[in-house]
Amino acid sequence: MRLTCPLCGARDRREFTYQGDAIMLTRPSNDDPTAFSDWLHLRDNPAGRTRDLWYHEAGCCAWLVVERDTVTHAVHSVALVEGEDAD
Amino acid sequence: MPAGPAGWLGTGREIGMGRTTGAIGGGMGSGSGRFSGWRILKEGLTGNRGWRPHFRNPAPKPEYDVLIIGGGGHGLATAFYLAQEHGLTNVAVLEKGYLGGGNVGRNTTIVRANYGLPGNSEFYSHSLKLWEGMERELNFNTMMSQRGVLNLYHSDGQRDAFARRGNAMRNQGDDAELLDRAAVRRLVPYLDFDNARFPVHGGLLHRRGGTARHDAVAWGYARGADHRGVDLIQNCTVTGIDIVQGRVTGVQTTRGAIRAKKVGIVVAGRSSEVAAMAGMRLPIESHVLQAFVTEGLKPVIDHVVTFGMSHFYISQSDKGGLVFGGDLDFYASYAARGNLPMVEHVMEAGMTLMPMIGKARVLRSWGGIMDMSPDGSPIIDRTGVDGLYLNCGWCYGGFKAVPGSGFSFAHLVATDRPHAPAARFRLDRFATGRGLMDEEGTGAQHNLH
Ligand SMILES: Cc1cc2nc3c(=O)[nH]c(=O)nc-3n(C[C@H](O)[C@H](O)[C@H](O)COP(=O)(O)OP(=O)(O)OC[C@H]3O[C@@H](n4cnc5c(N)ncnc54)[C@H](O)[C@@H]3O)c2cc1C
Ligand SMILES: [Zn+2]
Repeated sequence: MRLTCPLCGARDRREFTYQGDAIMLTRPSNDDPTAFSDWLHLRDNPAGRTRDLWYHEAGCCAWLVVERDTVTHAVHSVALVEGEDAD
Repeated sequence: MPAGPAGWLGTGREIGMGRTTGAIGGGMGSGSGRFSGWRILKEGLTGNRGWRPHFRNPAPKPEYDVLIIGGGGHGLATAFYLAQEHGLTNVAVLEKGYLGGGNVGRNTTIVRANYGLPGNSEFYSHSLKLWEGMERELNFNTMMSQRGVLNLYHSDGQRDAFARRGNAMRNQGDDAELLDRAAVRRLVPYLDFDNARFPVHGGLLHRRGGTARHDAVAWGYARGADHRGVDLIQNCTVTGIDIVQGRVTGVQTTRGAIRAKKVGIVVAGRSSEVAAMAGMRLPIESHVLQAFVTEGLKPVIDHVVTFGMSHFYISQSDKGGLVFGGDLDFYASYAARGNLPMVEHVMEAGMTLMPMIGKARVLRSWGGIMDMSPDGSPIIDRTGVDGLYLNCGWCYGGFKAVPGSGFSFAHLVATDRPHAPAARFRLDRFATGRGLMDEEGTGAQHNLH
């Protein structure tokens, strides 16, 4: 698998660290414990198209949103998370 | 043999679909034919013409008391124990492919009870005891081989952690021995003890651990369930779960609607997909785990050996192939096949630990879809829907759990009460934070295990 980093170009999968579902970008407020716990733990976990976060650790150190297919491993798009915080 | 899908397709289908094969046999379909030395002798002398399929291949009835979705190890064991322990025989297992074609036919067959945390500890202890009685109970040769599982340690810190784990295992009533370097050398002289990066300092030996033949476990439970009246329905994909006023009433399948009072979801890597049919989102991500097998060799590796500093473990099948694997590929996947970086990593780790295997040729590799939970431990629980039960989250370690999971899940489904050894496998532990079972101590969130 190769990911095309918008900053660095096509790079080997081993340069990237996987974080998980891009839902991590839309953190709910702490006020509603159920919503917060659901956000942290529950996943759509689709068999098919998914959006997840990757970190270009051995490259530019940018956080990336990757749209890809979990069944075929095809990569549809790679974009910078930009200003959003991905912790 | 522990060889995975390729070897499986032939025999699995043929036996499951009720065609006669020359393979392992039972009696005339359901209810007949015990295995015995006498029978093997007789068949051997009469051209092995008396063997018959082990289980029927029935069409679904319109209604059952209990439906089990998923004909893997856990689903088949659940059906067996529903009949055997609870007298529930108006039961069907619905399998979208052929019985045992999922992870139960793709794993590296390691059986052990070396967990350290309350919850896991008592559950796997119970499961190992069931393994020890399985062949007698099923009248089926599952090739259970308690050859010992040896976890190597490579640093003082790791030795301390293993000492602690060993004590936890013994407190649970299971066996564990902490071995020093000399003792490990006597047991497995072929390791590279002095490799500069990860010298071998010793190991934790769990003698009652070992391997079993994965296919046989699926077939054995299938045959036992079938003989007790359970319908095993193959090529039957569940496409919907019917719920009326908060109560499950049945399922929709590719072979028509089937009504039921109770439904159990036991579909491993496909858990999220099936739970979504009941409007649920699960704390599960599906990931791919690979395994590898070499050509058959003369006996050389007598135990299960795990490398404590890298992702590598190995055993030798009774057919002679070296069966080994490593870690997840580490990204969500339903592909049931992995990528090359992990292949390379596993080979490197193997060569670091035991250079002698370098000349063995790898015959094939494959992948399975793992139902990864946030804390790395499983879920056996009720759901928000009456009569709907959930069994998932086995991560990369659910083969050893097959009997225990089936036993405990059958208890839950039959009695509506959790079975003591599995009582801590609660679905709500992630929301409450109470009773998280994070064996590796890495945290209870996705992608940390
Ligand atoms: C490479 C590899 C190595 C492993 N090594 C070990 C090991 O050494 N020790 C260990 O303890 N564990 C190991 N495991 C883990 C173990 O194999 C799994 O945790 C366990 O088999 C999962 O339970 P199961 O057998 O019920 O799953 P499966 O066999 O996957 O059963 C689930 C079944 O559900 C069916 N299904 C899915 N969706 C539907 C639907 N909609 N309708 C009907 N049926 C459906 C599937 O077709 C499948 O047959 C390994 C796994 C892999 C992949
Ligand atoms: Zn980059």
